[in-house]
Amino acid sequence: MTKLIVLIVIILGVIAIAQLVRMYELSSKLRNRREEDIPNRDNRLNATLLLVFMLAFFASVIYLFVEYGYTGRGEAASVHGASTDWLMDLNLWIVIGVFFLTNALLFGFAFKYVRKPGVKAYWFPHDNRLELVWTVVPAIVLAVIIILGLRSWNEQTDESPDEAIRIELFSKQFDWTVRMSGDDNTLGYFDYKLTNENNPMALLTTKTIQDAIDSMEYSSTGIHALEAKLNNPHLIFIPEDHDLMVKDLARKERMVRMLYQLKARHNSALDARAMDDIVFNANDTLFLCKGQDYEFNFRSKDVIHSALMPHFRSQMNTVPGQTTRFKFIPTITTAEMRVKMNNPKFNYILMCNKICGSSHYKMKLMVVVLDKPAYKKWYAKVSKFDPKAADVCKTFRNIYAVGKPKAVVADSITVAAGTSVDTAAMATK
Amino acid sequence: MAAHEAHAPHDAHGHHHHEEGFISKYIFSQDHKMIGKQFLMTAVFMGVVAMLLSILFRIQLAWPGEESDFLSFFLGETWAPGGVMKESMYLGLVTIHGTIMVFFLLTGGLSGTFSNLLIPLQIGARDMASGFLNMLSYWMFLISSLIMLFSLFIETGPASSGWTIYPPLSALPQAIEGSGLGMTMWLVSMTIFIASSLLGSLNYIVTIFNLRTKGMKMTRLPLTIWAFFITAILGVLSFPVLLSAALLLMMDRLAGTSFYLSDIIVGSEMLENHGGSPLLYQHLFWFLGHPEVYIVLLPALGLTSEIISTNSRKPIFGYRAMIGSILAIGFLSFIVWGHHMFITGMNPFIGSVFVFTTLLIAIPSAVKVFNYITTIWRGSNIYTPAMLFSIGLVSTFITGGVTGIILADSALDIAVHDTYFVVAHFHIVMGMSAVFGMFAGVYHWFPKMYGRMLNTRLGYAHFWVTIVGAYGVFFPMHFVGIAGAPRRYYDYTVMGEYDKPTFDMIMDLNVIITVFAIIAAFGQLIFLFNFFYSIFRGPKAVQNPWRSNTLEWTTPVSHVHGNWPGAIPEVHRWPYDYSKPGAEEDFISQIVPLAEGEEGDH
Repeated sequence: MTKLIVLIVIILGVIAIAQLVRMYELSSKLRNRREEDIPNRDNRLNATLLLVFMLAFFASVIYLFVEYGYTGRGEAASVHGASTDWLMDLNLWIVIGVFFLTNALLFGFAFKYVRKPGVKAYWFPHDNRLELVWTVVPAIVLAVIIILGLRSWNEQTDESPDEAIRIELFSKQFDWTVRMSGDDNTLGYFDYKLTNENNPMALLTTKTIQDAIDSMEYSSTGIHALEAKLNNPHLIFIPEDHDLMVKDLARKERMVRMLYQLKARHNSALDARAMDDIVFNANDTLFLCKGQDYEFNFRSKDVIHSALMPHFRSQMNTVPGQTTRFKFIPTITTAEMRVKMNNPKFNYILMCNKICGSSHYKMKLMVVVLDKPAYKKWYAKVSKFDPKAADVCKTFRNIYAVGKPKAVVADSITVAAGTSVDTAAMATK
Repeated sequence: MAAHEAHAPHDAHGHHHHEEGFISKYIFSQDHKMIGKQFLMTAVFMGVVAMLLSILFRIQLAWPGEESDFLSFFLGETWAPGGVMKESMYLGLVTIHGTIMVFFLLTGGLSGTFSNLLIPLQIGARDMASGFLNMLSYWMFLISSLIMLFSLFIETGPASSGWTIYPPLSALPQAIEGSGLGMTMWLVSMTIFIASSLLGSLNYIVTIFNLRTKGMKMTRLPLTIWAFFITAILGVLSFPVLLSAALLLMMDRLAGTSFYLSDIIVGSEMLENHGGSPLLYQHLFWFLGHPEVYIVLLPALGLTSEIISTNSRKPIFGYRAMIGSILAIGFLSFIVWGHHMFITGMNPFIGSVFVFTTLLIAIPSAVKVFNYITTIWRGSNIYTPAMLFSIGLVSTFITGGVTGIILADSALDIAVHDTYFVVAHFHIVMGMSAVFGMFAGVYHWFPKMYGRMLNTRLGYAHFWVTIVGAYGVFFPMHFVGIAGAPRRYYDYTVMGEYDKPTFDMIMDLNVIITVFAIIAAFGQLIFLFNFFYSIFRGPKAVQNPWRSNTLEWTTPVSHVHGNWPGAIPEVHRWPYDYSKPGAEEDFISQIVPLAEGEEGDH
């Protein structure tokens, strides 16, 4: 009913405007005024409005800057962030200056040089000196901007120092996982084919390769199980399901061959690199130490994500199939930042900033910066080797039992045809 | 669609010169003027759709999770259960809004409409070099528009990985529903669109090179034609690259290739693809994507040059510098694409090269702005709605342009990349500047298109509501971005969990933005009414209503096939002899021979 009323109101409104326009046209006709002849009154009114608009626009821009300018992210909480903020300020001052100046000239002239009866426009087709001025001056300003910008860019993208702590930020739909490099400060190698429930980051060790092979071959949806099902004369399958299973089998056979190659080439001396890595659960807070160099290695499991840490002025995409890097030194602890932001509940955040699926906007990670003593205490706890306290001590050695494998979880590696197997089995009953 | 339906009644006062049937005249027309109008109608319709989509998601952003009758009216129970928009639909709306606005309104609509209308008329040609290809170009455009529209109505929803459709997200239906049939339709639609654009562009280039009338040297071309010319060249060189990107993506989706995919586990499915790179797609996409910005913008700048010169009754300042800057912008636009990829993991050294080339573009842009300002200086400015929109264009070109300097600086881009700061920047440049150029063009050349005048007062109302509304939408977005708010977020509650005051500030601004967006959208109703009303009932136009120099105003008001009833006029001077000292009138048409002792071109 309301929709009907709204519709009627809209239609009546259109008719009303049409009638008004009609009246306007009739009166123009009576006064013998043509549409393209702009009366001086209208002309001056619009010229004045342009000036008024400019003033209102400038006033609201200034208001917005005063009210909302820099409050959002607060002070930069990293070393390079402070220097890029300085550069940003410089650039902002330049462009705001240009913005006010050129807009003022534009609207000012538009106001001043409105058509006046009897005054002819000034014939001024070109002037080489003027044109040279506004080519060279912007060029010089831009040269300064480019030089300062590139200097800062080179500093930020330079190799990180050896003492920088390596941290991997692993992204997948829709969460982040932290892996720290452990006591050797070297991140262990990985291969995505090794991913399973016990090894979500796909770390590469002799043991994980073997487990992946075993899982591929012997799990309930592995190669042997699939073969057995397909060869079982007592089972009848829906043709589509049968096709899916055959495809899945072929895929797994190709995968397992690659895993065997991986195994043959693997140097078990590299296992140690992975063993001391500290692997957190998905969504576990990222802890950083104030004043410490960090090199973040970003990895993605599925699609492109982006790790935006606005307070550290840091951002890097995570790209499946390749590792990307970003480094920074945090300079303000969470506790200090809470004081600065005047918000006792404030926390640093890492947000996903590349569209990655429907829950993109919920993909985030809490970041906490501790001072050195607190960080040391925390680190000692998580890096300890204590199989009994696997919920606290997160070294890979600790959580991925060596020698005594956890039961391989059957569905950890995919099963495209998994559901159809069940329906097929049911169909035979 | 909208095109021929709206034209049908127009038949009543058309003038039949040849015995053209209704179908060959209004539907499968090969006449450039009719094709231009067909492009315009289709683009206006697509623009209205895309604007409506933006209002829908702006409502979600300002009042997240609140029930809205408006949303449930347009989206229904499937996509807005209980009047609250679904997350996946939000992304779908954002994607299709961007796609339609960039490609269908501002590429097809702007360049298609005015290149078709003005190129033959302003260079003095009877028609395009190939009327048939020109017709094909429009029909392909229409088909691609329809496919894109229909993709909004399929069960799995439209493509929803952003208008840039970065793989792997766009390649994997397992990752997001919209990457199923919706993405296939997107790719098919864009493929046809690219074919349409190429046919059009090649035609424009050939026409400008070969069909100029006697005396129409390249240095006597109006700046509109220069802009269309360079735009067409940009299109021909860059759109095929987008086609290759789309084809490779299609292969990854359908044929199991690994151009863009490597080492992926999506959900629990381990894919075999290995060795591809998502960055390859981004390079290919932005190789089109950046020239595309200028494909959108140059025609608008061209139209404005003409309109500002005409209405300030002054020659455009620095005609040759204007041509030079169009050429410089066109050239540079091909070597700056990497500034979209500073933080994608691209080698930082390459990044620094792109910083350099990108910031160079600011120089020709600055030249253009100062030339516009100098043209207005000491002019005898007449504020027709077209002139107001042109001034609006220059203002927004400045406002949107200066933030580009910050974004092009890779060191600064890190912190604001993909935030609302970027959204503000490119909306002020494309959503305001280019659109203002298009409006200016419609107001200025409406008499040429329909033989009738638009209502000026409604034009004023439209302009003032639009500039206030649109600045009100896009300017505050800078501050949302500087506060660290990412784009393409369904809502910002996660920020609220970590920093409530910043979240509150973002929400304040979001409400302001949405209110302005709604006002601006209502403003467009004024235009739509004026447009359709005037097509049928506007006062009849005279031959040269704006007292302008260019050739199109020497053609009769009623359209004739072949444009000029007699011989094509010869051109004797450049198009900007306004208020020339010694002349009686304040304009001298290009077809008037030089008087004795008069100095010619400038």
